[in-house]
Amino acid sequence: MSGEMLTLLLKALGETVYMVAVSMIIASVIGVPLGVLLFTTEKGGILENETLNKIIGGIVNAVRSIPFIILMVAIIPFTRFIVGSAIGTTAAMVPLVIASIPFIGRQVETSLKEVPYGLIEAALSMGATPFQIISRVLLPESMPSIVAQLTTVIIALVGESAMAGAIGGGGLGDLAIRYGYQRFRPEIMIATVIILIILVQLVQFLGTKLSEHLRKR
Amino acid sequence: MIKLEGVEKTYDSPSGKVKALKGIDLNINKGEIFGIIGLSGAGKSTLIRCINMLDAPTKGKVFVDGEELTAMSSNELRAARKRIGMIFQHFNLLSSATVYDNIAFPLRLLDMPEEEIEKKVTSLLSLVGLEDKAKQYPGALSGGQKQRVGIARALASDPKILLCDEATSALDPQTTKSILDLIKVINENLSLTVVVITHEMQVIKDICNRVAVIENGVIAEEGSVLQVFTNPQKEITKEFISVVLSNELPVAFRGGKISKEPIEGGYLLLRLTFIGESADDPVLAGMIRSCPVECTMLFGNLDEIQKVPFGRMIVGITGDEDGIYKALSYLSEQDLKLEVIGYVRRNADSPS
Repeated sequence: MSGEMLTLLLKALGETVYMVAVSMIIASVIGVPLGVLLFTTEKGGILENETLNKIIGGIVNAVRSIPFIILMVAIIPFTRFIVGSAIGTTAAMVPLVIASIPFIGRQVETSLKEVPYGLIEAALSMGATPFQIISRVLLPESMPSIVAQLTTVIIALVGESAMAGAIGGGGLGDLAIRYGYQRFRPEIMIATVIILIILVQLVQFLGTKLSEHLRKR
Repeated sequence: MIKLEGVEKTYDSPSGKVKALKGIDLNINKGEIFGIIGLSGAGKSTLIRCINMLDAPTKGKVFVDGEELTAMSSNELRAARKRIGMIFQHFNLLSSATVYDNIAFPLRLLDMPEEEIEKKVTSLLSLVGLEDKAKQYPGALSGGQKQRVGIARALASDPKILLCDEATSALDPQTTKSILDLIKVINENLSLTVVVITHEMQVIKDICNRVAVIENGVIAEEGSVLQVFTNPQKEITKEFISVVLSNELPVAFRGGKISKEPIEGGYLLLRLTFIGESADDPVLAGMIRSCPVECTMLFGNLDEIQKVPFGRMIVGITGDEDGIYKALSYLSEQDLKLEVIGYVRRNADSPS
């Protein structure tokens, strides 16, 4: 492996990790509360509000039904408005965040549904407020499951970030396309794929470990 | 302490409206253990949830300690619920929290300082006998231990009322007994009003002072446990009691024809019930001494309900018409309940 290639790979890996990590953090900050809202506003939920639930659910489904590659291109004006440019690693994060928010929302909603209703009932019987139930019952009890679900989201983000590379976002996907495909350098293509495999394995391994550590029952 | 007035509850289900409660009036006194027994689907779970408004009644009023819960705002209701503890069939403990943190849960809702919480939780742990389990997670506990944690948690905010929703239904008989004993101790020591719902008559017999039998969303029968046990009025009540106190004839007579008229070589079967002091009287000896009859004891049992001795006996007597008449009039003068079953012959194929 040449020094040039190593430099390229390291830089691309750094960009991918940066894109995925920052997108994941921003998307979680919005997506986790969204999932809580989806769950609690359901019929029979502690913040029952069927109208709100239908509206949020509709938006979530709409965003999730757009293929990422199209979403990415379609929101270029929005991206330019937010970041000031449509090209570059930071610009690539805007569509990544937007695609991940509804995904996280649904995953978190699924995790919360696993919490036995009896626990909510017990908390209600002790006079807990809806906010206390969310912060002291629902989130702690479903944390192992949420961690496992968010691991899946991170892995999806790694794949999407590679796609984002195609519109000048940098990262491993960008490297594989520009050097491996357009400049006929199969060794770079192979190296990129291997790094991606290792990266995904590592994320899954750590996610599973953390989830198991949190699961005490 | 707890008063329900015309409480009705209707649920919307995909197959139409379901009336779970159809007008319940109930008065539960301070310091008593009140039992509500019913089959599954009778409405007992809905009824106990109406007491702390986990299920709001569709109609009717709920009063707890003089306050009308059905007229409260959600904030007032939350405050009122802190004075009503509840334990559940499936315990409903937080699996992600230790025993200590589970018991501290209601105290943290009150924003109590941690030093005070520690004092409180430590004393509750010793009350329920789990001092050594504070740092364990519920997953590592047995069913009985989990229910003890549930009880400690329910008592943490010093409630005046404890609601027990099928609290022993998921436990084995020995564990059930120890949990019931604990509930009784708490009732006596903390002068707590306890409401128990169950489908097991044994639970009612073991700890309750008064009982209501609920069937199809209405209260079929209500009274002191002793009164309901010794003199049940409704069929459903008799069925519940028969599980605890068998009412069947001894094997040798089962399936035989019972006749009103004397049968050659047959017995006249009598069921005698003694309540209270009379359970100790030597009634049979007295009957044999004063009447010319033979007497066979077929079944005998001495129970205790609410610390009152309660004896039941089935005897067979033989003799001539005059002797039997004398025996019956002797027995009817005694302090007991006499029920004439009829004349039967011992089954031919059963061992004599």
